[in-house]
Amino acid sequence: MWDYTPIVKDHFLNPRNVGDIPDADAVGEVGSLACGDALKLYLKLDENKDKIVDAKFQTFGCASAIASSSALTEMVKGKNLDEALAISNQDIADFLGGLPEEKMHCSVMGQEALEVAIAKYRGEPIPEHDSEHDHGHAYPDYEGEIVCKCFGITDTFLKKVIETNRLTTAEQVTHFTKAGGACGGCIPKIQELIAQVLGSEELQPRKRPEKLSNMKKMQLIQEVLERDIRPLLWADGGDLELIDIDGPRVQVAFRKACAGCASSGNTARMVEAKLRDLVAEDIVVEEVSA
Amino acid sequence: MKEIYLDNNATTKVDEAVFEEMRPYFCELYGNPSSMHFFGGQVQGKVTEARERVAGLLGASPEEIIFTACGTESDNAAIRSALEVFPDRRHVITSRVEHPAVLTQCRNLTQKGYRVTEIGVDGAGRLDMDELKAAVDTDTAIVSLMWANNETGVIFPVEEAAAIAKSKGALFHSDAVQAIGKIPINMADSGIDMLSLSGHKLHAPKGIGVLYLRRGTPFRPFLVGGHQEKSRRAGTENAAAIIALGKACQLADQYMEAENTTVKAMRDRLQDALMAAIPNARINGGGAERLPNTTSIAFEFVEGEAILLLLSELGICASSGSACTSGSLEPSHVLRAMGVPFTCAHGSIRFSLSRYTTDAEIDTVVREMPPIIARLRQMSPFGREFLKGHS
Repeated sequence: MWDYTPIVKDHFLNPRNVGDIPDADAVGEVGSLACGDALKLYLKLDENKDKIVDAKFQTFGCASAIASSSALTEMVKGKNLDEALAISNQDIADFLGGLPEEKMHCSVMGQEALEVAIAKYRGEPIPEHDSEHDHGHAYPDYEGEIVCKCFGITDTFLKKVIETNRLTTAEQVTHFTKAGGACGGCIPKIQELIAQVLGSEELQPRKRPEKLSNMKKMQLIQEVLERDIRPLLWADGGDLELIDIDGPRVQVAFRKACAGCASSGNTARMVEAKLRDLVAEDIVVEEVSA
Repeated sequence: MKEIYLDNNATTKVDEAVFEEMRPYFCELYGNPSSMHFFGGQVQGKVTEARERVAGLLGASPEEIIFTACGTESDNAAIRSALEVFPDRRHVITSRVEHPAVLTQCRNLTQKGYRVTEIGVDGAGRLDMDELKAAVDTDTAIVSLMWANNETGVIFPVEEAAAIAKSKGALFHSDAVQAIGKIPINMADSGIDMLSLSGHKLHAPKGIGVLYLRRGTPFRPFLVGGHQEKSRRAGTENAAAIIALGKACQLADQYMEAENTTVKAMRDRLQDALMAAIPNARINGGGAERLPNTTSIAFEFVEGEAILLLLSELGICASSGSACTSGSLEPSHVLRAMGVPFTCAHGSIRFSLSRYTTDAEIDTVVREMPPIIARLRQMSPFGREFLKGHS
């Protein structure tokens, strides 16, 4: 059973604002029957056409999709359009007290429907969703190259989600967007996108902490490996696994393209330099074959 | 909240008589059946009795029964063994609707250079026998086909399939985890070489399985070590669970008729009433021969997880072929292989009954299900369009 929070359960069992608004100012639709979830969002604006005074939804989907839609309608009421647009999928998940990671795509769907509704209302260009290829989420305002053919998801959209939610693995991207969740053919491409996003980030210069407890040090080593190092290796089709940490000795095993690669010694030194830079000066990286 | 448990294809209640049978073998009679002393010997005696009881249900000989830890182990052991005894045969045949215990292993084999053929099914979930005939050749090491499908209950003609496998010298294995205890099986006059069963699907505890191995069938063990199970499966016997399974098999034999009369009648009443009360629903595999306890119904325009959770609020336990329950994103491979229309593949619910199911429980489900579907359709943009069209 999914570990849904009491708030998710409440919004699923007692959804707020189900229905439609016949004279709605803005309507946004995303998703389809084929992909397993869909949301139709209606917004009603005040006389000045600024503030959202009412919101209603219809959702086809699982409990977290229904709860996310219900939460979204509650969140947008009383906000003006720009404030509403600032709501991120993470805000929706937070409102619900969190969602299981596998269900984060439900909150993304809510945020998407909101963007579509407002873009349509403002008359911003939205390419018509091609119903013949109605096999995935409509992310109509995200042009770009289709990465996930199964769900019709573009690189532009994926990059945005990776950046906003600070995702570091392809599995997380699947949980958030569905991309890569069907045939899996685009997973290498998703890994590339992650590497691009993380690589291009203007990381604030992080400083090595003054003093670290053993526990904190281990955590930091893992964090640096996940966030700073593995994405770089993925870009070249490689990977590494943390095997053990014993005092200053960090044992890693290289995987995929890195395994048996002639320059894996250089890679190990690169990992060591990064860890010395960000964790502790005395770190020694050892390559093991485990 | 008292549960209404209609998820017996997932697991079953341990029968009280089964539990009583195994109870002494934890704290009192805890000896190792392999020991030389009297204390182990008395456990050995009960294990032997259990082996006879399992063999009795299957129409097999006791020495053809190998106790394992679960159905998955039995499936893995059967397929691996066939590949080891036929190193020159590099082809494996299975179906597109197998349980992951078989399918995942077969798909992994493709990465090891094996050729794997997955036989398709028709819209009712029936195996394409012509495709099977065409696929078997002298390179085929093993054909592994389930006896009955866990999601739909559709029964495969395994004897006919075994004969086809035999004609080219291939071994035939059947994952019979869902069939055992629900329909009569007689290995004495069968062409099946290997067969898997799992205790917890027939009112024995979890963690016990059987690999039936026809006498004379070449075999290489999956687990090696001690001489247990005549060196065909090393590891200290899970004596209490084996003894429990023996009792469960004895009871399954006694309840077999009820399973195919009383339980089947309740299943039929449930699906007929739901089909009558709920428009735009279809029975997955309804046109095929099925297990007496299983029905899988697809409801258009709604999503399975939401149905399950609303049922669960009322204490009703069922399961779904929908993507959202498993964390994967596509509906079950079984429903996809059957070509269930995408309008309802996401809204499929499986009810699986047992001899503990009561008429009153069926009444409750028949009463509660239509408003749940109506409520979710009212909430769904597609459901609303459909309801508008109807009113």
